[in-house]
Amino acid sequence: MSQIKVVVVGNGMVGHHYVSTLAASDIDAQITVIGGEPRPAYDRVHLSEVFDGKEPSDLGLVTREEYVALGVDAHFGDFVDKIDRSAMQVITRGGQVFDYDKLVLATGSYPFVPPIPGNDLPHCLAYRTIDDLGEIKASAQGQKVGVVVGGGLLGLECANALKNLGLEAHVVEFAPGLMGVQLDDGGSQMLRRQIEALDVKVHTSKATQKIREGDEHRLKMEFADGSELETDLIVFSAGIRPYDELARQADLKVGERGGIVIDYQCKTSDENIFAIGECAVQGNFIYGLVAPGYRMAEAAVSQLSSEPQSFTGADMSTKLKLLGVEVGSIGDSKGQADGSLAFVFSDERDAVYKRLNVSADGRRVLGATLVGDTSDYDTLLQYYLNEIDLPDAPENLVLPALDGQAPTLGADALPLSATICSCHNVSKGDLVTAIDGGCTSLADVKGCTQAATGCGGCAALLKNVVDAELAARGMEVDTRLCEHFKQSRQELFIIIQATQIRDFKTLVNKYGCGQGCDVCKPAVASIFASLWNEHVLDADLVPLQDTNDTFMANMQKDGTYSVVPRVPGGEILPEQLIVLGSVAKKYGLYSKITGGQRVDLFGAKLNDLPNIWQELIDAGMETGHAYAKSLRTVKSCVGSTWCRYGVQDSAGQAIDLENRYKGLRSPHKLKMAVSGCTRECAEAQSKDVGVIATENGWNLYVCGNGGMKPRHADLFAVDLDTPTLIRTIDRFLMFYVRTADRLQRTSVWLENLEGGLDYLKAVILEDSLGIADELEQQMQHVVDTYQCEWRTAINDQEKLKRFRQFINSNSSDPNVAFVQERGQPRPATSAEKRRQQLKAVV
Amino acid sequence: MTILCKRSDLIANSGVCALHNNEQVAIFYLPDTEQKVFAVSNWDPIGEANVISRGIVGSVEDRLVVASPLYKQHFCLITGECLEQSAQLTVYPVALDGEHLVLAA
Repeated sequence: MSQIKVVVVGNGMVGHHYVSTLAASDIDAQITVIGGEPRPAYDRVHLSEVFDGKEPSDLGLVTREEYVALGVDAHFGDFVDKIDRSAMQVITRGGQVFDYDKLVLATGSYPFVPPIPGNDLPHCLAYRTIDDLGEIKASAQGQKVGVVVGGGLLGLECANALKNLGLEAHVVEFAPGLMGVQLDDGGSQMLRRQIEALDVKVHTSKATQKIREGDEHRLKMEFADGSELETDLIVFSAGIRPYDELARQADLKVGERGGIVIDYQCKTSDENIFAIGECAVQGNFIYGLVAPGYRMAEAAVSQLSSEPQSFTGADMSTKLKLLGVEVGSIGDSKGQADGSLAFVFSDERDAVYKRLNVSADGRRVLGATLVGDTSDYDTLLQYYLNEIDLPDAPENLVLPALDGQAPTLGADALPLSATICSCHNVSKGDLVTAIDGGCTSLADVKGCTQAATGCGGCAALLKNVVDAELAARGMEVDTRLCEHFKQSRQELFIIIQATQIRDFKTLVNKYGCGQGCDVCKPAVASIFASLWNEHVLDADLVPLQDTNDTFMANMQKDGTYSVVPRVPGGEILPEQLIVLGSVAKKYGLYSKITGGQRVDLFGAKLNDLPNIWQELIDAGMETGHAYAKSLRTVKSCVGSTWCRYGVQDSAGQAIDLENRYKGLRSPHKLKMAVSGCTRECAEAQSKDVGVIATENGWNLYVCGNGGMKPRHADLFAVDLDTPTLIRTIDRFLMFYVRTADRLQRTSVWLENLEGGLDYLKAVILEDSLGIADELEQQMQHVVDTYQCEWRTAINDQEKLKRFRQFINSNSSDPNVAFVQERGQPRPATSAEKRRQQLKAVV
Repeated sequence: MTILCKRSDLIANSGVCALHNNEQVAIFYLPDTEQKVFAVSNWDPIGEANVISRGIVGSVEDRLVVASPLYKQHFCLITGECLEQSAQLTVYPVALDGEHLVLAA
């Protein structure tokens, strides 16, 4: 089949999902996408996080470059004005013309603004796009009060945004309750109590009749009941309306209340035109959530393949957090079906409301409303979606359990078709396939299936399913450190901390068996170092170290070592650069600049290491711990000192952080970076700890990684002052040191941490475990007991004993040989060595 | 019988390297074992470098082993054989004689 020309109008989340799905398929298509907004698709669901420290760019789902790489012809900031169905062309406002074989309309929706006189006054705004956010932010500058018109899901999100901007937030709702679409009356009232407790003013059953200029504030709203409300700005979020103008002009069939009518194949009344997402209406229903939009996009793509699939509606159950209040709605949440029976639990003290609607025979879940506590959501949703038989007393599913343990649905009871992750459409069957395909851990399964990497709401359920499946295969994850210790690294850490044991022999005799090995010995040495911070070459400790730690240098393939002095923050004196150069020349070392902004000198012979370090230390340098599982570098940009864009002294901050955490032994290496502005030149978001300057302080990111398995760091806290930043990093690092597995980077650690980022935030920021003081003290001990290991070693003949190739000769290893390449030495290959020996003999 | 070095040249529970007739000999001193000293060739036949003396010693099941510091294969200190793949270290008969380490060959 020849290449098919596909034009996609609209680059929202659903439009983008269509493009990426099509580009990843086998279908030979030439894809053009035209987006009205000036930027590529972004995550609209998390829009309000922009007011909570996220940058608009953090929300991006795709970049222009990625579209280019996919071969997609993308145009932004231009609107399609007309569809010429007979010529099969679309024409943009900017005058561009595109031919299509298949056209996809993903034009989305716009916020409904009620026809109230005065709704066009300045500071009457909408909440839909990143540009809208900019306007809201500008309008809120220096003001006191903000009103959201609309008490639905988006309206409450928006109220949160206003609150984050420092405004007194009001919600004005026409209906008698909040979130009337998803919640029953009881749930709606409980939500209102909770939201009011957060200082958001709620006004229900209020019909706004007029908006005019205010007396004390910019605007005044007049309501039908005669009351008034003054405010500085008004944001309309009273529902959405499909963007169907284009379709109307092209004479495509539209619904009675708007929306482009589509069939089960997502086709419009023109068989060459599809419509997907919020602009489409199917069976009089508009799907205003992202997951059904994605399913439509996939169904529309499949129509171009040999295996077309249908979109026949989607479950609209949802679980979310609004202003920090947990809310869940499943199926028929209000119990409107004939014969529906309800079980209701309401706890006004802890502000929890739960309603379970079951069929007349008591066998099936029809729906549920949950407010204040959604921990039962996953279980109830599985009962609902999979029509699982209810137990005899279904009320126990929503009542607090007497023994404190909520009944959960066993993972075994779920059918293979059960959807576990609705964001990425991963079923239990997909998980089973992944495990059968070789995944042996939760992290593997996540990486392979993407499950729980969207909203993360299914993380607990996912863990249950994976654990059960692994156990069923007899592959229960073995946490034994090695054959000598049946404990995990975390358990050993606790034992060593509690017993104050400082030597391996005592530990292995008391809590392990055998002689130890190259797995447990370095792990125990690392724990000793994290806790007691004694010199790595102390007589009891030296047999435990990997060769790199033993010789405080990095062994290379030929048995020589590389040497890396510390260059905090990448800032180095000219004199030190000169010394590095002269040492490299004197000892014949290959020199290379590292990714961590320092210099690596390769090819050092074992017996030269002490002399090399003597010269470096004399020049004021110290060990860089490049050989250790510990802090490597804190990369930085020059920041506000030199850069036109910098807002803080990032280099100074990086140097301080590097000097604080240098020498901290950890389960794996640690990398950090500090950027002086949001341009992020130091690449902090790919580091274990990343710090980015803001105008008000520092944003902290954690658990990023580059390397083999890149992971974008998570935003952890915003606008911290320096003492708070350091306290937070102290706690974070020490908690990682305590609880991670051996050789587990922070990124994988977080992926495996039960409760994930929210749990980590609770422990570190809110001290939910009551250990914050202890973590800070432990870190302070490490900081206070820091020593340059090389400086100590070169002054101690006993420690230098092993820095000889031979104990009975002063010669070097004759097998180490170099050849010159690009003006520097490199290890000779074995063939080159043979030639050199031959020459020597001849 | 050759005296290779003094007991004080050895590092308890770890290794050093001695030169004997142009051969590099890795010597491990495990004071808690009955045999106390063990010697194998320093050449790592898998990593192809003279590094065995710098490996970590320990046990795999009941066998005393040293792990190559390059690619972590385990070699038995008694027989010299590699536990993971087909490779062999030379074993040297050594013993402590008072304060000296002696090689029987």
